[in-house]
Amino acid sequence: MADLRTEEFVVNMGPQHPSTHGVCRLVLTMDGEKVVKIEPVIGYLHRAIEKVCENRTYMQCIPILDRFEYVTSMSCNYVFSLATERIAEMEVPERAEYLRVIMLELNRIASHLLFYGVTAMDIGALTPFLYGLRERELIIDLFEMTCGQRLTYNYIRIGGVSRDIPKEFEPKCREAIKIISEKMADYEGLLNENPIWLKRTKGVAVLPKELAIAYGVSGPVLRASGVQYDLRKNDPYCIYDRFDFDIPVGQNGDCFDRYMLRLNEIRESIKIITQALDGLPEGDIKNKKSRMTYKAPAGETYTRIENSRGEMGIYLISDGGKKPLRVKAKGASFNHIQVLPHFGTNMFIADLVANFATLDVIMPEVDR
Amino acid sequence: MIWPIATLELAPLFSWLRGLLVDLGLSEVWVTSISYLALGAIIFGVLALLALFLVWWERKIAAHIQQRFGPMRHGWHGWYQTLMDALKLLQKEDVVIESRDKVVFFWAPVLCFMAAFLAYVVMPWGENLIVADLNIGILYIMAITTFTVISLVMAGWGSNNKYALLGGMRSAAQVVSYEIPMVVSVLTIIVFVGSLSMVDIVKAQSGLMFNWFIFKVPFGPIAFITYIIAATAEANRTPFDIPEAEQELVAGYNVEYSGMKFAMFFLAEFINLFTVSAVATTLFLGGWNGWEFIPSWGWFLIKTLGVVLLLMLFRWTYPRLRVDQLMEFAWKFLIPLTFANLILGGIIKYLGWHW
Repeated sequence: MADLRTEEFVVNMGPQHPSTHGVCRLVLTMDGEKVVKIEPVIGYLHRAIEKVCENRTYMQCIPILDRFEYVTSMSCNYVFSLATERIAEMEVPERAEYLRVIMLELNRIASHLLFYGVTAMDIGALTPFLYGLRERELIIDLFEMTCGQRLTYNYIRIGGVSRDIPKEFEPKCREAIKIISEKMADYEGLLNENPIWLKRTKGVAVLPKELAIAYGVSGPVLRASGVQYDLRKNDPYCIYDRFDFDIPVGQNGDCFDRYMLRLNEIRESIKIITQALDGLPEGDIKNKKSRMTYKAPAGETYTRIENSRGEMGIYLISDGGKKPLRVKAKGASFNHIQVLPHFGTNMFIADLVANFATLDVIMPEVDR
Repeated sequence: MIWPIATLELAPLFSWLRGLLVDLGLSEVWVTSISYLALGAIIFGVLALLALFLVWWERKIAAHIQQRFGPMRHGWHGWYQTLMDALKLLQKEDVVIESRDKVVFFWAPVLCFMAAFLAYVVMPWGENLIVADLNIGILYIMAITTFTVISLVMAGWGSNNKYALLGGMRSAAQVVSYEIPMVVSVLTIIVFVGSLSMVDIVKAQSGLMFNWFIFKVPFGPIAFITYIIAATAEANRTPFDIPEAEQELVAGYNVEYSGMKFAMFFLAEFINLFTVSAVATTLFLGGWNGWEFIPSWGWFLIKTLGVVLLLMLFRWTYPRLRVDQLMEFAWKFLIPLTFANLILGGIIKYLGWHW
């Protein structure tokens, strides 16, 4: 056995691979089942969104930016609108702010439900995927009822929202979040105490706190490593300071913590939505200045919000013209995929898949 | 040597066929060959239908667990959906890669398919419904089902694809590891029967429920559980489906196969599933024994499908184990447990405490 020679080999995981969530390509150097080196290759989904935005008016940028992060495109709408409002120092009506919070949090739940499904599927359990999507459907129906779209909403506009919610929205929304909070027990019952699930996730792919901070990781992945940092609390925007909610924090930074943290965030989002629905005031939904031909005054801003994956930012420069001079979009997934080679090596390929799934990277946000 | 077919319930049909062939003036060699071929065709037909049914059944069960309908278009609740799928796969272009190892690539699905069917030579379908009651029946089944792993390694190697090779290697490691607890669980039963013949094993459990080995405490239930776990691994099903883990290895060993070659792997997988369940029925659940009002082959089918259902429920509930955890589970837990159980069973047998 002493002169048994083994050789490392290179495997291309992706760009077409079932568990890379889009078109990510990971060049893996493998020693048998173990991954020795990871090299993410990005750019397969590059659509030049930032450049396209430079040739659109402000309002026309919003539907383009929907595609920036299509799993939570409400956040994309919102972060661009917020950036423009900050440059223009525009007032947003009270009702619109509440509607924005409701939509953002509903979208966060939808994103985390999708995460629950695909993560379970990547670890080999096929049934939770359908369970996650089943409840996500309730939320998507609410969006469809409000703005006619199921994935790319174009709902939150500069100075408000595009239209008011229909009458039946509120009871249906309350019903949906009630169903989801009941089904949470099912989700956790299916996986949380399953010994196979625990073996596959506990202690797997630990992201140390220092490394996470060094690489600018944000959102649930950062919080799972034990850093209490959430822009909704640390850099409040919109009207989040009016609501009572907690920021769940993990301890170990392993796959299980990242998974658990997102489930806990669903609960917190449900709290916020309930409070927002209770306090929803009557009134305008749009600033009077908000028109299709809206022009922002000269100025620049970096605006960031907390979306379901982490910090989502827009760096916007306006020269006072019809079109923005520069739109730079920042997605959390970019940092998450960047840190992957530094803590994802020397693990089994199955662990790498679990790790990649719990980082919740989506490619449009990386490539833009 | 020609194995006796006297124990066959199809004997009248068989002798009629022989008579017909003799009347045609064929020599003895031809008569025997043709009649055995006919027998083989019957078994092949039944199993192929069964595999198609199992595919449909699995899809329906999966769908209902996941709150979907599953196939609904072809016939009542889509009952001939899988037939249509098979027809579609038959018509498909056989896409092959240039860099394959031609011989190995071609023979892998054939071997896999063949090995899956060979186990049914000694399968006791009913009281007098067995092709050949070999005196080494269960040993033969254990040997022939392991044959599948050779075809999977061949598929992995012949495809000249890294994912496929990893899948083939995984399957080799897995099947070799889980073969041991499986055989030892079976041995625990053999100790009591004192014969390897499938018919003898079933006859040793004749009577109703409490004569079946699964209810012979303490060793029976343990042996049944360890057997079922090992059998799940043998049939490459979740939570032990690492050879074809689609999220890790895309589809493992069958990643380069398409059309009917893929269908052969696919159907063989379901026949293997039925085989391990049928062996579980024979060894632990009393085989064809049951109340009078259902014919013996009916009992066999009901029990086997019950075990199949259990394995299907596993598949749609559990996540997948990692490759090292899989090995750990086999070597550190399952093998010691089965050996302890074997020794326990041996002591009980030696002291004559069994009934």
